[in-house]
Amino acid sequence: MNRTKGDEEEYWNSSKFKAFTFDDEDDELSQLKESKRAVNSLRDFVDDDDDDDLERVSWSGEPVGSISWSIKETAGNSGSSHEGREQLKSRNSFSSYAQLPKPTSTYSLSSFFRGRTRPGSFQSLSDALSDTPAKSYAPELGRPKGEYRDYSNDWSPSDTVRRLRKGKVCSLERFRSLQDKLQLLEEAVSMHDGNVITAVLIFLKRTLSKEILFRELEVRQVALRHLIHFLKEIGDQKLLLDLFRFLDRTEELALSHYREHLNIQDPDKRKEFLKTCIGLPFSSEDSAHIQDHYTLLERQIIIEANDRHLESAGQTEIFRKHPRKASILNMPLVTTLFYSCFYHYTEAEGTFSSPINLKKTFKIPDKQYVLTALAARAKLRAWNDVDALFTTKNWLGYTKKRAPIGFHRVVEILHKNNAPVQILQEYVNLVEDVDTKLNLATKFKCHDVVIDTCRDLKDRQQLLAYRSKVDKGSAEEEKIDALLSSSQIRWKN
Amino acid sequence: MAFPHRPDAPELPDFSMLKRLARDQLIYLLEQLPGKKDLFIEADLMSPLDRIANVSILKQHEVDKLYKVENKPALSSSEQLCFLVRPRIKNMRYIASLVNADKLAGRTRKYKVIFSPQKFYACEMVLEEEGIYGDVSCDEWAFSLLPLDVDLLSMELPEFFRDYFLEGDQRWINTVAQALHLLSTLYGPFPNCYGIGRCAKMAYELWRNLEEEEDGETKGRRPEIGHIFLLDRDVDFVTALCSQVVYEGLVDDTFRIKCGSVDFGPEVTSSDKSLKVLLNAEDKVFNEIRNEHFSNVFGFLSQKARNLQAQYDRRRGMDIKQMKNFVSQELKGLKQEHRLLSLHIGACESIMKKKTKQDFQELIKTEHALLEGFNIRESTSYIEEHIDRQVSPIESLRLMCLLSITENGDARCSSDTHYGPEHLLTFSNLRRAGLLTEQAPGDTLTAVESKVSKLVTDKAAGKITDAFSSLAKRSNFRAISKKLNLIPRVDGEYDLKVPRDMAYVFSGAYVPLSCRIIEQVLERRSWQGLDEVVRLLNCSDFAFTDMTKEDKASSESLRLILVVFLGGCTFSEISALRFLGREKGYRFIFLTTAVTNSARLMEAMSEVKA
Repeated sequence: MNRTKGDEEEYWNSSKFKAFTFDDEDDELSQLKESKRAVNSLRDFVDDDDDDDLERVSWSGEPVGSISWSIKETAGNSGSSHEGREQLKSRNSFSSYAQLPKPTSTYSLSSFFRGRTRPGSFQSLSDALSDTPAKSYAPELGRPKGEYRDYSNDWSPSDTVRRLRKGKVCSLERFRSLQDKLQLLEEAVSMHDGNVITAVLIFLKRTLSKEILFRELEVRQVALRHLIHFLKEIGDQKLLLDLFRFLDRTEELALSHYREHLNIQDPDKRKEFLKTCIGLPFSSEDSAHIQDHYTLLERQIIIEANDRHLESAGQTEIFRKHPRKASILNMPLVTTLFYSCFYHYTEAEGTFSSPINLKKTFKIPDKQYVLTALAARAKLRAWNDVDALFTTKNWLGYTKKRAPIGFHRVVEILHKNNAPVQILQEYVNLVEDVDTKLNLATKFKCHDVVIDTCRDLKDRQQLLAYRSKVDKGSAEEEKIDALLSSSQIRWKN
Repeated sequence: MAFPHRPDAPELPDFSMLKRLARDQLIYLLEQLPGKKDLFIEADLMSPLDRIANVSILKQHEVDKLYKVENKPALSSSEQLCFLVRPRIKNMRYIASLVNADKLAGRTRKYKVIFSPQKFYACEMVLEEEGIYGDVSCDEWAFSLLPLDVDLLSMELPEFFRDYFLEGDQRWINTVAQALHLLSTLYGPFPNCYGIGRCAKMAYELWRNLEEEEDGETKGRRPEIGHIFLLDRDVDFVTALCSQVVYEGLVDDTFRIKCGSVDFGPEVTSSDKSLKVLLNAEDKVFNEIRNEHFSNVFGFLSQKARNLQAQYDRRRGMDIKQMKNFVSQELKGLKQEHRLLSLHIGACESIMKKKTKQDFQELIKTEHALLEGFNIRESTSYIEEHIDRQVSPIESLRLMCLLSITENGDARCSSDTHYGPEHLLTFSNLRRAGLLTEQAPGDTLTAVESKVSKLVTDKAAGKITDAFSSLAKRSNFRAISKKLNLIPRVDGEYDLKVPRDMAYVFSGAYVPLSCRIIEQVLERRSWQGLDEVVRLLNCSDFAFTDMTKEDKASSESLRLILVVFLGGCTFSEISALRFLGREKGYRFIFLTTAVTNSARLMEAMSEVKA
């Protein structure tokens, strides 16, 4: 330790009492901060010598020597594999671990597979001499399973299924009559092992015509579900759709077909594919969504082409100031709306990228529209647009502020976007419920609103309490003092 | 804080043996391919593997380089390639592309595929179709039980949930049965078995079959664990859908605990790097706060900080000898504690920040209203607004599911129009899994059902009804909640510092349904008197008990209970049962297909490209 004694004395004396003042018991976060500060202040003292008890951690946070760490290393070095290998060798070189004792233990491998009555004590003499014969916990480990071949031809369906469950290779070819095949399937189902059910289904799929297979599965729902999942997994879309058609499950058929769009990367091809989905027998609600999905992607393709062009031309201010972070293709509807409120807010309703056009086309509810537009304009600090969003004119030409989402929500969103106090204040004042207003004003430090509200409520006590929260000598404090000493107000307390 | 166990609480069995067993099996399998080899590991297996082995163990068994299985051509120049994978079709295709590329280039190497935890026939079929069956040798690494903590065993199979509860595929049931068989061989038979749910029943039956086939193995052994309780996740979706407020659950919801460890980012570590931290009973600080309601954690941590300071302060006024003692004996422990303390304080701070931003208070209020069934209108409009604001699509989905299940499908948001067209497939999946319930599908199902049953004989018709029951069922949550008293009546404040029941894990608002069922059955040692509840859960055919004579079971073992969650359990449920254990002098051991939470459940329901 290099620190001199004097240094340390001063350190302890100065930090100790300051750090631990937990008088303010009810404010949990500040309490937590205090603890954090205290603990951090100890760090200097604690961390300056050996770190031997800490895990060695690589730059990515993985413990050095862990498997995930090592894989990252290989991946990182894969470009120059020779060099990579050298590095790996030096880091975990053969010579260094060759000297290490076997990591697990000195016992032979096989000892682990023997029975023992109590873990931990298997080395003792009594264990070795105990009369319970050693049992094998992994009896099949000695021989790889692949070597279990069975050419016997007379296993019953139930024996066959049992052997399949154990992972043994077992020929199913002798089950040739439909009756035998179905009996095999019934046995598999009654044993509950899905892997075996699938194995039998693979055999049935290969040896039965699909009409017969489908017909038999229609009345065997457990097996049917296994076949459906199997077809999904191996990607046999054609047979899957045939199956749904046979079963008359029109909605699943439609959904299954529609699902394929996920595998199409090219936006134009995906769009064309979605078009083919429009006429499919979805539920009426879903049909509307499919239509919307198609229209949305169509729009996105147009907007994307246009905006990419604008951005690269470098002539449009908004794209220069706020370069796009990602393409708008395949983004959700609300993200698209946000995007268009951000980049295309002032466009006339006639354009595909105008927010109003999106709102109408996709029947976006008012609330959702206002929330999204507000977030987008606030992010750009376009306070006039925010103002306009909530201003309505009546037939006499008077303006009025209205918010379908409630002004408390407006204030929160503005605050999240770092709106200045003057702006916040304006909207806090529009909150109808007095308590909510007071809370929000206090939370966001809109002093004037708090002071005026207290005055209107004639709540002298609250005003007095608030005085301690404003800066000394500030205009707010003066204002409070003026009110408190005013003889015009009849305080209620 | 951190209530101690009752003095008569039984000791937990030592599960570290499972790790040794898995490691040695792997070593054995690697030795089956003698000589130098490159190992390709599936991403999902890396963390579990890290928990039982490390690079030097692999190197000792002549693994040269490690690669991640991903859709990229392999750069390996080794003569022997070994693949350690989950039995998935896409892995088979990847391996096939590698092998076939080699064949085309006229290159011969040795290939070995090790499936964990088991091989599926569908995988072999793909190998055969791709023309490489026989070119690769296959093996199984039956690593299906990873002890994440002293009382928590995970199968690390998150896909269990989707495979079974959405697709109806029973492929993992055998894996569960095998795992239970292994446990009973190592720790003795389970004298008392209970279960609820269709999958639970099947797993139980398959396991029993297995035991009979290999009989004699467990006979004569004294049972170490007196009870086993199997439970399907779909018996209780509600609990898993709630926001978690006990510390460990909150850490999971906020940072995602993966395979028992968490990545704390720079905002937590207050440095420029992330830190991977193991979260288990060995972390003394964590162990004391993990089961606590979040509101208690602050007080505890500051108390700890104060104590720590006091202990450091003792140095002052020590003479040389005392100082030497202090440095050699206590300093290391204090430093360790200091490090942990600052990590958890950092985590708390970060959680607070995030939650404040999200209006967590309002969210929790809505959840509680849904659970209790009042102000449904308000909750509905809160959820609609949540969707409109696009706070987080996963979160919105979760709330919609919670609304739909607690209200039995009677209440609906005008969700679809707000949600945008891109979630069509997710909605369809949620409905199929029973996470979103609506009235209409019930009727259409009965129509299909009657149509189908006309086609078949009566015996088969019964089976069909079974198969449909999980699809057609309604949640009946309100009625179940009343029957089981899930909403505690509280006069005044619920004291979260001194919890009185399991409801503390949800701020005193709700006793987790899954845990209440377990509590009730253990109390009765049967389902007696719970018929109505079982009926409301749509589990009349799937609630079972099986007791053997208890003469051999010690009274200690009878207070050890293994709870098996099929489809995943949450940290809140674990905390609640740990609490119950402390109250009753039991110890619970948890076996889950994976640790889950609401976000994971929702994500499992979304469709991505193949």
